[in-house]
Amino acid sequence: MLSLLRPALVLTGVMTVVTGLAYPLAVTGLAETLFPRQAGGSLVHDNGTVIGSDLIGQTFTRPGYFQGRPSAAGTGYDAANSSGSNLGPSSRPLVDAVAERVNTLRAANPDAPAQVPVDLVTASASGLDPHITPAAALWQVPRIARERRLPAPALRDLIHEMTEGRDLGLLGEPRVNVLRLNRALDARWPLSS
Amino acid sequence: MDANGILQIVVFVALICLLTPVIGGYMTRVYDGRITALRWLERPLYRLCGTTDTEDQHWTRYAGTLLLFTLAGALLLYALQRVQGLLPFNPAGLGAVAPDLAFNTAASFATNTNWQSYGGETTLSYLTQMAGLTVQNFVSAASGMAVAVALIRGFARRSASGIGNFTVDLTRSVLYVLLPLCVVGALALVALGVPQTLAPYAEATTLEGAKQTIALGPVASQMMIKHLGTNGGGFFNVNAAHPFENPNALTNLIHMTAIFLIGAGLTNTFGRMVGDMRQGWALFASMGILFLIGVAVAYGAESAGNPALTAIGADQALSPWQPGGAMEGKEVRFGIAASMLFSVVTTAASCGAVVAMHDSLMPLAGMVPLVNMMLGEVIIGGVGAGLYGMMLFVLLAVFIAGLMVGRTPEYVGKKIEAREITLAMLAVLAFPACILGLGATALLLGAGSLQDAGPHGLSELLYAYVSATANNGSAFAGFGANTVLHNTLLGLAMLIGRFAVIVPVLAIAGALAARRPVPVSAGTFPTHSGLFITLLTLVVVIIGGLTFFPVLALGPLAEHLSLAAGLLF
Repeated sequence: MLSLLRPALVLTGVMTVVTGLAYPLAVTGLAETLFPRQAGGSLVHDNGTVIGSDLIGQTFTRPGYFQGRPSAAGTGYDAANSSGSNLGPSSRPLVDAVAERVNTLRAANPDAPAQVPVDLVTASASGLDPHITPAAALWQVPRIARERRLPAPALRDLIHEMTEGRDLGLLGEPRVNVLRLNRALDARWPLSS
Repeated sequence: MDANGILQIVVFVALICLLTPVIGGYMTRVYDGRITALRWLERPLYRLCGTTDTEDQHWTRYAGTLLLFTLAGALLLYALQRVQGLLPFNPAGLGAVAPDLAFNTAASFATNTNWQSYGGETTLSYLTQMAGLTVQNFVSAASGMAVAVALIRGFARRSASGIGNFTVDLTRSVLYVLLPLCVVGALALVALGVPQTLAPYAEATTLEGAKQTIALGPVASQMMIKHLGTNGGGFFNVNAAHPFENPNALTNLIHMTAIFLIGAGLTNTFGRMVGDMRQGWALFASMGILFLIGVAVAYGAESAGNPALTAIGADQALSPWQPGGAMEGKEVRFGIAASMLFSVVTTAASCGAVVAMHDSLMPLAGMVPLVNMMLGEVIIGGVGAGLYGMMLFVLLAVFIAGLMVGRTPEYVGKKIEAREITLAMLAVLAFPACILGLGATALLLGAGSLQDAGPHGLSELLYAYVSATANNGSAFAGFGANTVLHNTLLGLAMLIGRFAVIVPVLAIAGALAARRPVPVSAGTFPTHSGLFITLLTLVVVIIGGLTFFPVLALGPLAEHLSLAAGLLF
C-alpha cells in the first residue's frame, strides 16, 4: 500500500507545480510580452477610459444606435455572469419571449420589413455575443436613418464596410461587431449634430 | 444547410485525417520510450516515486497506482475549493465553495468529466482554476491515455507479466504530448484574442454610460488543455460560447481539432503498436461513419429552424446576409454549421465544452449529443477513454462473429476467451445501469430541478445523468443541477462511469498480455476489412439503441413530434 501511495503523492505534488503553476504562469508571461492587447482582454479605450472590449457585447437601448442581440447574462450583457437562456425549443416561455421581442422591435422600426432576422429576437449562447448578422444590421437601417437624419444608402455602405467576412474566407459566418459599428457611426455622424 | 457549411465540415474532417498518423506515430515513439529529450527530468522524478522507467507493473499494481493518484488529486482539489478564500490569486475575493458543490467539482475534474455545477467567474478563484482545475485537466487526461496504452500493450505483448508502468506512462503523456502542444496552442489562442492575465476584472463605462464589469483571467492556458485533454470545464459559465474562450471561427477550429487530435491519433498508435496499421484505420473508419451521421442529422435539424418561431415573425431563412436557422443559444460568429460541428465533436469525444447551448437545440439535434454519449463515447472519444471504450465493443464484435462461424474469437493475434468477454460485458453494462438507475432515482426525488415542462424536461434530466456517467460534462444547462441531491448523485455517476470501465479494461489488458499470440490462418476473421468495420459499427449502434431507445422515445422524439404538431409546453 505504502509503495502505491508514494508515486501517488509525489506525482500529485510535482504535477501541481508543473501543470498548475509553471504552465499557466509561463504562458501568462509569454502572452503578456508577445500579445499584450489580446492577453488583457482586447479592451477598447477612449480618452483614457475603458469603454468595453472588442470581444464582449454591451447593451444598446437608444434608438440612434444599432442594437445587439437579446442577452440572458445577468440583467443583460453582464460580463461577469455569462449565461444563455437555456430554454428548450418547444418551451412556451421561449416562444412568448420571442413574440414580445418581435412586437417591440416592430413598434420601434415601423419602416422595417415585418419578418425580423432571427438573431435579433433570440438570446445568444453566452449572453455576451458582440455581433449581429449583416441582415440584422440592415434591418435596423430605416430607424437609424430617421434618428440620425441620414440617407439610408450611406448607412448600408457603412454596414458593408464594417462586415467581417468568414475567417480565412471559409470558417464561421459573416458578422458585424455592434460596438465597433456604433463607434464608427458616432465618429462619422455624431448624434449631437 | 449550405455549401459553405458543408465545406467547413469537410475541411475539419480532412484535417483530422491528416493529423491522425502524425500524432499517432509520435505517441508510439513516446510510449515506447524513444523520445528522451526530458530524460534528465524524468529520472529523478521516477526515483522520487520509488520506481524506474524499466519497472514493468502487473495490472493490479498499475490500477492501484492510478486509483490512489486520482484519489489524491481529487482530495487536493476539494481542499483547494474549501479554502480558496484564504489563498492568493483571488482578485474577485470569492469565498469557500459549498461542500456538495466542491465534492461534485472534485469528482468531475478527477474523472475527466468536467461537469460544471459551478459558474466559473462567480465561484472559483484564479488559484483554484489553475492549481486545481488545470492540473486535473492534465492528469485525468494523461491517466486515460495511460490506460489506453496499457490496453494496447495487452494486445501487442507476448506472454508478458506486466502492462507497463503507470508513473512513467502518466509522466510521458504530460511532458511529451500534452504540455508542448498546450504551450504552443495557448499562445496561438492568445494571438487570436483569448485573454491570459492575472489582472482583476476590468471595469468599463459603455458607450451609453452604463457600468460593465468584464471578467478576465488566465483563460487561454486552461482552454488549450481543456480541449486537448477532452476535459471541457470552462473558465466561464457558458464555456466555449464565451467570446473570451472562443473569439472567432479560427479559434473554434483550433478547439475542435484539439478535442479530436489525441483520441484519433491513438487509433493509429494502436495500429502501429500491434504491428498492423490497417487495424487502427479500421477503428478510425468505424468511428468516422458514426460521426458523419451525427453531424448530418444535427446540422440538418438546426438549419431548418424552429417552426414555432417562424410562425410569430422571426426570419430563419438562409440568405446572403444571414445563415438563418435556430439561433436561440447560438453565437452569430459561428452560425449553424460551426456550432453544430462543435456540438457533435464535443459529445463524440468526451469533451463537453460547448459553443451553443445544447438545452436550446432542436429536439433531433439535441438527441445527437445524447446518443453520442449513450454509445459510450467511442466515436473518437475521450483521450484514451475513446480507444479503450471502443476496444470493449471490438471484443464483443469479434465474439459475435466467432459465434456466427463457430470459431474461438481472435483479435490482432490474441485469442479472446470467456474472461475478457465477461469483463467487457461488465464494463458495457455499468453504463446503462448507472444512467437509467441513478437517472430514475433522480427523477423521483429531484424533479424540481427541471426547467422545462413536457418531454423536454425529461431530456434535461436524462442529459445530465448521461453526461455525468459518460464523463462528458456538457449539459442541458437549464437543469438546476446545483442541489445537494444532484451534486451527490451526479458525482457518483461520474465515478462509476470512469472506474467501472477502467478497472475491467486494465484486467483485460493484464489477461491478454500474458497470452501467447496465435498465428494468422485462412480461418482468421480479418479485422481490417469493410465487413468488420460494418459489424463493429452495428454492434455499437445496436447495443446503444436497444438500451436507450425507450427513454429517447419519451424525451427528444416525443418533443420532435409535438413541436411538428405545434404543441408547446
